[in-house]
Amino acid sequence: MAKTMLEMMNITKTFPGVKALDNVNLVVKEGEIHALVGENGAGKSTLMNVLSGIYPYGSYDGDIIYNGEVCRFKNIKDSELLGIVIIHQELALVPYLTIAENMFLGNERGKKYAIDWDETYKKADELLHTVGLQESSHTQIKDIAVGKQQLVEIAKALGKNVKLLILDEPTASLNEKDSRNLLELLLELKKNGLTSIMISHKLNEISYIADKITILRDGCTIETLVKGEDNINEDRIVKGMVGREISDRYPKRESKIGEVTMEACNWTVYHPLYSERKVCDNVNFNVRKGEVVGISGLMGSGRTELAMSIFGKSYGAKISGELFINGQKVSLNSVKQAINAKLAYVTEDRKGDGLILSSPIYKNNSLARMEKISNHSIIDKDKELLVAKEYKEKLNTKCPSVLQNVENLSGGNQQKVLLSKWMFADPDIMILDEPTRGIDVGAKYEIYCIINRLVAEGKSVVIISSELTEILGMSDRIFVMHEGRMIAEFDGHEASQEVIMSCIMRENNKMENENAKN
Amino acid sequence: MQRIKSFLKGNTMLIALIVVIILFQALIIAAGKGSLLKPQNVSNIIAQNSYVVILATGMLLCILTGGNIDLSIGSVIATVGAVAGMLIVEMHMNVYLTIIICLLVGTFIGAIQAYCIAYIGIPPFIATLGGMLLWRGVAQVILNGMTLAPYPDNYLKYFTSFLPGTDDPAFLLTTTLIIAAVICAVYVAFELQGRAKKIKKGYSVESMPMLITRLITICAVIMVFAYLLGNYKGYPVVLILVSLVVLAYAYFTRNTVPGRYLYALGGNAKATRLSGVDTKKMMFFAYTNMGFLCAVAALVCVARFNSSAPSLGDGYELDAIGACFIGGASAYGGTGTVGGSVIGAIFMGVLNNGMSILGIDANWQKAVKGFVLVAAVAFDVISKKKVKA
Repeated sequence: MAKTMLEMMNITKTFPGVKALDNVNLVVKEGEIHALVGENGAGKSTLMNVLSGIYPYGSYDGDIIYNGEVCRFKNIKDSELLGIVIIHQELALVPYLTIAENMFLGNERGKKYAIDWDETYKKADELLHTVGLQESSHTQIKDIAVGKQQLVEIAKALGKNVKLLILDEPTASLNEKDSRNLLELLLELKKNGLTSIMISHKLNEISYIADKITILRDGCTIETLVKGEDNINEDRIVKGMVGREISDRYPKRESKIGEVTMEACNWTVYHPLYSERKVCDNVNFNVRKGEVVGISGLMGSGRTELAMSIFGKSYGAKISGELFINGQKVSLNSVKQAINAKLAYVTEDRKGDGLILSSPIYKNNSLARMEKISNHSIIDKDKELLVAKEYKEKLNTKCPSVLQNVENLSGGNQQKVLLSKWMFADPDIMILDEPTRGIDVGAKYEIYCIINRLVAEGKSVVIISSELTEILGMSDRIFVMHEGRMIAEFDGHEASQEVIMSCIMRENNKMENENAKN
Repeated sequence: MQRIKSFLKGNTMLIALIVVIILFQALIIAAGKGSLLKPQNVSNIIAQNSYVVILATGMLLCILTGGNIDLSIGSVIATVGAVAGMLIVEMHMNVYLTIIICLLVGTFIGAIQAYCIAYIGIPPFIATLGGMLLWRGVAQVILNGMTLAPYPDNYLKYFTSFLPGTDDPAFLLTTTLIIAAVICAVYVAFELQGRAKKIKKGYSVESMPMLITRLITICAVIMVFAYLLGNYKGYPVVLILVSLVVLAYAYFTRNTVPGRYLYALGGNAKATRLSGVDTKKMMFFAYTNMGFLCAVAALVCVARFNSSAPSLGDGYELDAIGACFIGGASAYGGTGTVGGSVIGAIFMGVLNNGMSILGIDANWQKAVKGFVLVAAVAFDVISKKKVKA
């Protein structure tokens, strides 16, 4: 019996308004590969950030016991000293530095004021050899593919004398061949005694590589499956991931569904930078009057890109396809045109793309449709304030006054301001991208009620969400998106989490098989 | 008490300005060198700083778009000044026509730079750094390194004369005060009417005592100011020009939709774009407008110096940028007011003037100004942090 290397006990981490982790326990034995799975937002990354010291000791409750000692990491440096290294999903490499420079960034060879470059490059080449990367360590990062960059990250971790390696979705942006290489490398390193924790959505990879699988759901540990003892096929894992009931967390509504209001046909969008990459591939979907349509899919499946490209081509290049609004073919070339066509897109990133944080509520409220509170471009400030107050009451936004800056509000109330901003723009069709991300259960319920009110008024609502229960609880119809394509359409009452999840997983496997054949 | 506190916090720079005025007044009297608030000196301060106020107004719009500055304005002024000199002093062209041509030249130069920034995507710092060298060179080429002077009286009278033009001191003081009183009356009437309208429409209004205190204070300041000017030569014409510019831009930034878009752009460019605002157009506007105001400032400057020199406007960009930041504009964009920038410009002006009267060495003056700029912004940053905590 291998000895226990890491024990995380009763970890609880709260963000303003949300409990991200609730008494989570994780036990990792020496020399194993331990997989961490769960839906988006289940708390996997948060847990790993706690472990690696990104959320310092004191900002969470519970204990981390590493090699028999209680650890209190103040920052990443502390955890790295003990050999715990985390590799994030977004690689943290500097494009214009060489492989070797990146590898020893913050861990330079030689003295502080005299870097030993000969030693650096020699060591780097050795490590590159270990991970099986045939590149000169003098190559700049920008010149190697993302799969090789991932290997550089691992070599970098090895350079820090890693004992426990944490990988956050290491294969998310890799193709099948590179993924396979990476998995083989991890198995190889395991033979040499390396312990790793791996977060992944790709269940086939996990059942291939993992010795144990811990499932998180809604910030709680659900169970740990052990290879050899438990049945760890994909269906079993999916059941653990989604196995909750949709209780009355979603308000009921009477659907009165009318004509099709918006329809996209053969909608294809290319990536703005990598002009060969299709982000949306021949997508067809529609939404009807008084209907809530849910778009489900993993992160990076192209949902946001689809919505933004429809919304006045605010994302993507070489957009082709047809868009119909109320049966009329339209071409919306700017956000202004989209707004005038009664379309609204409520962003998933309310702080980054949605609100002007340093600005008061009332100014945010009117920004998307200034015409309504101005006359010949002269603002009627009193009217603006009055309208903002009206929306504040209507959405029950909790704030001392609409003169309050948005940055001082909680996430749920910021989301309400963002919603009110777009409701103020008088749209008929609203696309809500992750409308409840990072807000607590109570505020979520209120947002759902607002959505129900909107469709009752005859508007069409499209919800993009990573939370399956939310999609299932709110939608009349559900589209499933995967790798830029619409792979399925379900009736909202017939669909279930298992059906959608296995639909995505099946597609995942299918594509990998195709890639393997090529 | 709470109200006074929030007033103090909201108007730190205004208070700092008053403190500096009082400080210099005390120092100058103690040193036996006359008075800062001597009628003639007040008139001087206006003439010396009129161009800074105009430039700071334009610079504020650039800074609002995201902390972007315009380094080229000193050189643009030199080029426009050179054009004015060529047309008026050399070619004796019609004054009105010259003014129009100069304004067009400035706007055009601004538009070129604005195009590079907004549509080609050159960072403002670099585009205007290039402009700074380019237009200085152009000015030198136009003037062939020479200074053109003097300007005819029919040009100077629009910038350097005084209103009402009379030599009778008693009549001058009376008219000046009457004009000021009329301005006050119009202002008060405007405020009261606005309040009545608001009440009628059911909007919330500030309390009557607050309003009266505010009105009395502002009117008192206007009257004292008029009294000082009336004891010298009356209202400098340039003061009227500057007031018009300031009022127009204050209104623009506060009460119009494009003005609001400028603030939004600086606050969060992406969110603004996703709200249907043509952010490139706003950027283009801010920098084109800067060119226009440079031309206005150039016309004022050549009149004040009564010459067009290749070195005209040297270092003005720093005065304008300094005025905006002292006046509370954020170096990241999105916050700042025209009023604040005007206060910042006057603050710098009083500092310059006061130190000159005290006979402080010019090199030390620079050092003090640099120190004050950093200290003022540091003070602002720290006090804002405390409010948040």
